[in-house]
Amino acid sequence: MNGFALVITTFLASGVEAVEALTIVLAAGLTRGWRSALTGVAAAAAILAVLVAALGPALSAVPLSALRVVVGGLLLAFGLQWLRKAVLRAGGAKALHDEDAIFARELAAAQAAARAGEGIDWYGFTLAFKGVLLEGLEVVFIVLTFGANAHRMPLAVVGAAAAVVATVAAGAVLHRPLARVPENTTKFVVGLMLTTFGTFWGGEGVGVHWPGSDAALPALLAFFAVCAALATAATRRAVATGTRPITQAAA
Amino acid sequence: MIGLLGRRIAGLAAFLWDFVVGDDWMAAAGIAVVLALGAALAHLARVDSWWLLPAGVAGVFAGSVRRAVRPARAVPPPR
Repeated sequence: MNGFALVITTFLASGVEAVEALTIVLAAGLTRGWRSALTGVAAAAAILAVLVAALGPALSAVPLSALRVVVGGLLLAFGLQWLRKAVLRAGGAKALHDEDAIFARELAAAQAAARAGEGIDWYGFTLAFKGVLLEGLEVVFIVLTFGANAHRMPLAVVGAAAAVVATVAAGAVLHRPLARVPENTTKFVVGLMLTTFGTFWGGEGVGVHWPGSDAALPALLAFFAVCAALATAATRRAVATGTRPITQAAA
Repeated sequence: MIGLLGRRIAGLAAFLWDFVVGDDWMAAAGIAVVLALGAALAHLARVDSWWLLPAGVAGVFAGSVRRAVRPARAVPPPR
């Protein structure tokens, strides 16, 4: 697998999740104190690091064809979920993910929660911990599967780490959620890439021989991009009939 | 103690289900069927069915989007 494609995929996927985690951590830090929020971030990061350290070598020991079937299937499940959400949002059937609105909601909930004396504020800790752990799990999964399949774990880690560092740096400078990140476009691209690699690896795992070997990847990407564009157009038409209400955005 | 353990396991199972399968279990099942068909054709029928996977995945995707959009059409118009 092309190293550049590997880094870009893990960078974009990790970037989307990091932006979502940053929104929650900022809400926790600004309302409940930075000590509790950052302790929650550190605890979640430690658990994620243990998962990578434990599962990374274990994945390398699994036979490649079995690994590719499982990973291909999981990437497809993830990729199609991301792509479907992106298509529904682009087609107007689902509200766009609004980091400002999520930030305001988390901020209000954190301000309303009771505060218990001195020391660590457990509400702030839990809010930041859960946010980083849940968003981080997807990053860990993508880094591990892409790294193990391509036998290039360091490159996958570099892509993810660069995204997290860039997001944290932007958050530290701005002290507000990164609302201007074109999240749906990024999610669209990542959904396409996960679906493409999931199909490719899943196929190799079940014994398919792709015409042109790795050269099939751009063709698969183009094919799924056309499918997604058609699905977006069909969704727009369904919304335009006026019977499809816009539902609230989920993560 | 056992009740608490049971709840924890049920909670973990629900989390894993949501994490992997998401809100459309038919799409996840469709992916499994497409991969199983690909494996059957490759190993039992000795057919190199590379074309089946993108076509099958596209079909699963189209069905998933359609299911997400379709329910609203059943909503009756306001009186």
